[in-house]
Amino acid sequence: MENFRYLPGVTTLKLDTEACVGCSMCESVCPHTVFQMKGGKAEIEDIDGCMECGACAQNCPTSAIRVTPGVGCASYIIQTWIRGKKSASCSGVKCC
Amino acid sequence: MGDLIRQKKGCCSGDDCSSSSEVQSGLEPLFVETPSDEVCCGSAPGPQSSPYEKPGYKLLHFVEVFIDTPIGPVPRVKTQLERTDFLGTISARLGIQRDQYEIAPGLYCVGNPGQDSPVLVTANYKLSFDTLRRELTSLDAWILVVDTRGINVWCAAGKALFCTREVVRCVNHSMLKKVVRHHQLILPQLAATGVSAHRVKKECGFTVLWGPVRAKDIQLFIDRGGKADKSMRRVTFSVWERIVLIPVELSHLPKPTFWLLPAIFLLSGIGTNFFSFSTAFSRGLMVLAAYAAGILGGAVAAPVLLPWIPVRAFALKGMLTGIAAGIAVVAIFYSRIIWVEALVLLLIAMVISSYLAMNFTGSTPFTSPSGVEKEMRRAIPLQAAAALIALVAWVGAAFK
Repeated sequence: MENFRYLPGVTTLKLDTEACVGCSMCESVCPHTVFQMKGGKAEIEDIDGCMECGACAQNCPTSAIRVTPGVGCASYIIQTWIRGKKSASCSGVKCC
Repeated sequence: MGDLIRQKKGCCSGDDCSSSSEVQSGLEPLFVETPSDEVCCGSAPGPQSSPYEKPGYKLLHFVEVFIDTPIGPVPRVKTQLERTDFLGTISARLGIQRDQYEIAPGLYCVGNPGQDSPVLVTANYKLSFDTLRRELTSLDAWILVVDTRGINVWCAAGKALFCTREVVRCVNHSMLKKVVRHHQLILPQLAATGVSAHRVKKECGFTVLWGPVRAKDIQLFIDRGGKADKSMRRVTFSVWERIVLIPVELSHLPKPTFWLLPAIFLLSGIGTNFFSFSTAFSRGLMVLAAYAAGILGGAVAAPVLLPWIPVRAFALKGMLTGIAAGIAVVAIFYSRIIWVEALVLLLIAMVISSYLAMNFTGSTPFTSPSGVEKEMRRAIPLQAAAALIALVAWVGAAFK
């Protein structure tokens, strides 16, 4: 996906290296190989590759990873602006 | 009684139709009829109902046979897709009944699986299920289909439908522990957005092994003992993967177009004679062409040319393809319009294309919500302003 780069410097991804136990789960689940294991700990290798899908945080057993996950979909975001987060739905706009 | 038998005999002509039984203790002979395919009335009868049919259930074409397991019969599915499957795929890709294209959740299998065969977990969107089973031609495996409400793996995971609780519920509900000896599930990697491996383990005792992103790698993944290399772990977005999304992008358009059309022709007819139908038609047609060019730019050209358009924000990508398409429209009507009208047509194509390309973010596998929101905060006010300018200038140009 090196051809596909989106806006840089926007992701909410944060890794607390102190809390990392080196299970490498984040490396396995990330669809953009953002993480890499170095010296028994995870490191963020490509921060701007992050699409905030939340897979890493969901699968970090020590909650060392924080990210505000969401759907990178304009029609969904428009709905959250108009109707609020709760009643916005992807199925209504069929973004994916 | 005798009459009835004779009648029946008459209906099915031929000796094989009736077989006589022995006359016992002076009773009337009983004729046990064997079915005949010969036509007596109407067309030939279809085949006898399958032994697997049950009242109130429908047997699905992709089920080959039912195999016996400790939890009862489990459907073995075909690994070759058939005409019906391809037609279903096409219609889902066109956005027709895409919301109802689902299969019943639960346990299925391919080949001749046993207690040690792998368990592959997938979504109950038929397209996801078909994508998986067609790759399992030389594998004995169980397929656990979880209830994602007919939504594909990644989107369902993003919506918390393909989630820890649902996987645990399905494992327990299907009584998987009675079917396999090992306690391992292979989940598609993209389900990780919704499923937490360590919580699945805690809640039902099954270890989650993250399979590859694409079903086509599953065979190799299993052959390598559950190891995925980098390429199996990364999403792709090839030209073909983008092209198949275009029909669904277009399928969102008829509704807004229905409301835009009358407005376009109404506004185009306003002029020095207050309103003229002929002007409404001739000028409306130009706007319609610019609108169509915008659609072509934003919902077709931008997705196809995505990585080659040298800007990152989708609204800008769409703007560029929209300008290109708009120039073509202006070139067509060049001799009949003044420069203001030319600019308006260009603006319309640009705005529509920019807006549609921005909406394509939802269909891509790499745009972050933070990024999309950032570009939208800038793009939407500009798009709205441009649309307003176009509207005023178009009506104004009629009073030249």
